[in-house]
Amino acid sequence: MVNTKVSLSGLALDNPVIPASGTFGYGYEFAEIYDINLLGSFSFKGTTREPRFGNEPPRIAETASGMLNAVGLQNPGIDKVISEELPRLRRVFHKPVVANISGFSIDEYAECCARIDREEGVGLIEVNISCPNVHNGGMSFGTSPESAAEVTRAVKAVTTKPVYMKLSPNVTDIAAIARACEDAGADGISLINTLMGMRIDLKRRAPVIRNVTGGLSGPAVFPVALRMVWQVYEAVGVPIIGMGGVACAEDVLEMMLAGATAVEVGAANLVDPFASKKIVEELPAVCERLHIENLTDIIGGAHHG
Amino acid sequence: MLDVKFELLENVEIARNTYKMVLRGDTAGIRPGQFVNLKLPGFYLRRPISVCDFAPGALTLIYKVVGHGTAYMAELTPGAELDVLTGLGNGYDTAPSGEHPLLIGGGAGVPPLFALAKKLLAEGKKPAVILGFNTKDEVFYEAQFRALGAEALVTTADGSYGIKGFVTDAMDRPYTYFYTCGPEPMLKAVYEKSRTSGQFSLEERMGCGFGACMGCTCKTTGGHKRVCKDGPVFEKEELVW
Repeated sequence: MVNTKVSLSGLALDNPVIPASGTFGYGYEFAEIYDINLLGSFSFKGTTREPRFGNEPPRIAETASGMLNAVGLQNPGIDKVISEELPRLRRVFHKPVVANISGFSIDEYAECCARIDREEGVGLIEVNISCPNVHNGGMSFGTSPESAAEVTRAVKAVTTKPVYMKLSPNVTDIAAIARACEDAGADGISLINTLMGMRIDLKRRAPVIRNVTGGLSGPAVFPVALRMVWQVYEAVGVPIIGMGGVACAEDVLEMMLAGATAVEVGAANLVDPFASKKIVEELPAVCERLHIENLTDIIGGAHHG
Repeated sequence: MLDVKFELLENVEIARNTYKMVLRGDTAGIRPGQFVNLKLPGFYLRRPISVCDFAPGALTLIYKVVGHGTAYMAELTPGAELDVLTGLGNGYDTAPSGEHPLLIGGGAGVPPLFALAKKLLAEGKKPAVILGFNTKDEVFYEAQFRALGAEALVTTADGSYGIKGFVTDAMDRPYTYFYTCGPEPMLKAVYEKSRTSGQFSLEERMGCGFGACMGCTCKTTGGHKRVCKDGPVFEKEELVW
C-alpha cells in the first residue's frame, strides 16, 4: 500500500495533486463530471479586490506542446467570491481549498488575503505575484526580491493560514526571489506561473492574442519548471508547490524528486477534463512500480550530496 | 459533457474546403446548437466544431479547413478513432420560435442550423432557411434543408449562385423569430436588419470549451459570459452591439 499523503505547512493532503489556479474555475465544471474530493486540494481562480473582466479576446493561442493565455485575471471580485463562490464550492468540495489571491497594490494583496484568511474551508493562501497578463500589478511584484518580500510581509502580518508566494519564471534569478520571500516570512513557495510568449497570425500579420503576449503553459514548459523547482529547493527551507506542464503521474514524481512537496496540474485540465483525476488514480501504481512506499520520502530526493 | 470515443465512418469534401464527417459513437444528451471538442493527435488544444446533425449512435460534423488542425481532420480516413467531448454549450431554445422562424447561416455557420431545422420541423413549425456563401463552389446543404421540408434560399456575395448579395438581402420577408450563426460581421448585419427577437451563435478562440479557463469570455447585458459554457447561443437582447 502506497502512502500518498503529504503535508504543506501543517495542511494535510491525501495526495499531492492540486489543480492549478485558472484551470479549474471554482471547481463546479469538474464536479459535474467527477468527484473532485479525490484531489489533494485545488487552487481556485485568481481573485482580486475588484471584479475584473480581464483582457479583450482573443485570449488563447495554441503552441507546440502547449498554449498561451492572456485571460488577465477575470474574476468576480473578493466580495462575490466570499458570498457566492465559496458557499457553492463547499457544496461540491469538502477539503480545504487553496485560495489564489492577486492584486495591483500591496494594500490590495493584504486586504484580500486578510479577508480570505477568515474563511472556513480555506486551507492555504497562494499569493500570485506572477501574473504576466495584467499591467501595473501581478508580475511586477514578483520580479524583484524587494517587492516580493514587501508583499509577503504585508500578507503575513494580517493572516494566520499558511502563505505560499507564487513566483514568476520570467526573472533572472528565481532563487533570490524565493529566498527573499522566505526571509520575509513566507510559509512556502509556489512555482512556476506561465512563461511570457506570443504568436503571430500570418493572415492578419498581427499578434494572435489581443494583449500581444500571453503566458505559455503545457508540457512545453515542464523542463523549465522542473529546473526552477530544483533551484528554489536548493535555496530555501520552506515547502514548495511545483507546477508547470505536469501531465501525468510520472511528472508529479519528477517534480517531487526536484523538491516539490505538492504538485499543481494546470493546462492538462483544459485539454482533458479528467487529467487531474487520472493522475491521482495512476499515482499509487506508478509509485509501486518505482518502489516508493511513502511519497514524502522522495521530496528533493534527486539532490544528492 | 461526456468524453466519448467515436469511430470515423465518412469524411468527404462537400464544397470547396468544406468537409462532412460522420462519426459512430454515443450521442446521448446532444442538443441542436451545441458543439463538440475534438482531440487531434499532435495538437495540444482541442478543436471545437458545431454539431450539424445527430441520431442515436451517429454524429455529423461539417467543418471548413482553415488551419493545420482542420487540415489534419480532412486527412482522416474511415476507421480512425477520435476522442471527443460532447454536449458542450447551451444550444438553441426552440420555445420562442413562433410558427415561422427564420434560420440565417453564413459559410461555416450553416451546419448547426440543420439540427435546429429538424427540431423545429418536428415541433410542427415551418422554418425558412437563408444560406449565405461567398461564391457558388462554397455552397452546401441547400438540398438537404429542402429534403427536410424547410424552405431554403441561397445567397452568394458574387452572385454566382442564388440571390446575389448577403444573407441580409434575403431577409425582407415575414418571420416570427430568427436563429443565426456565421462570421461576426454577418451576425452584426443580421442584428441591425432583424425586426424580431432572435438567437445568435457566437464564436471565439477557446481554451477548454467547457467553462474552466475563461478564455472565451464576452460582455453581455447580463454580465460576463463564457461563449463555450453560457453560450455559444445568446439572445439578441443579451448582446452589446
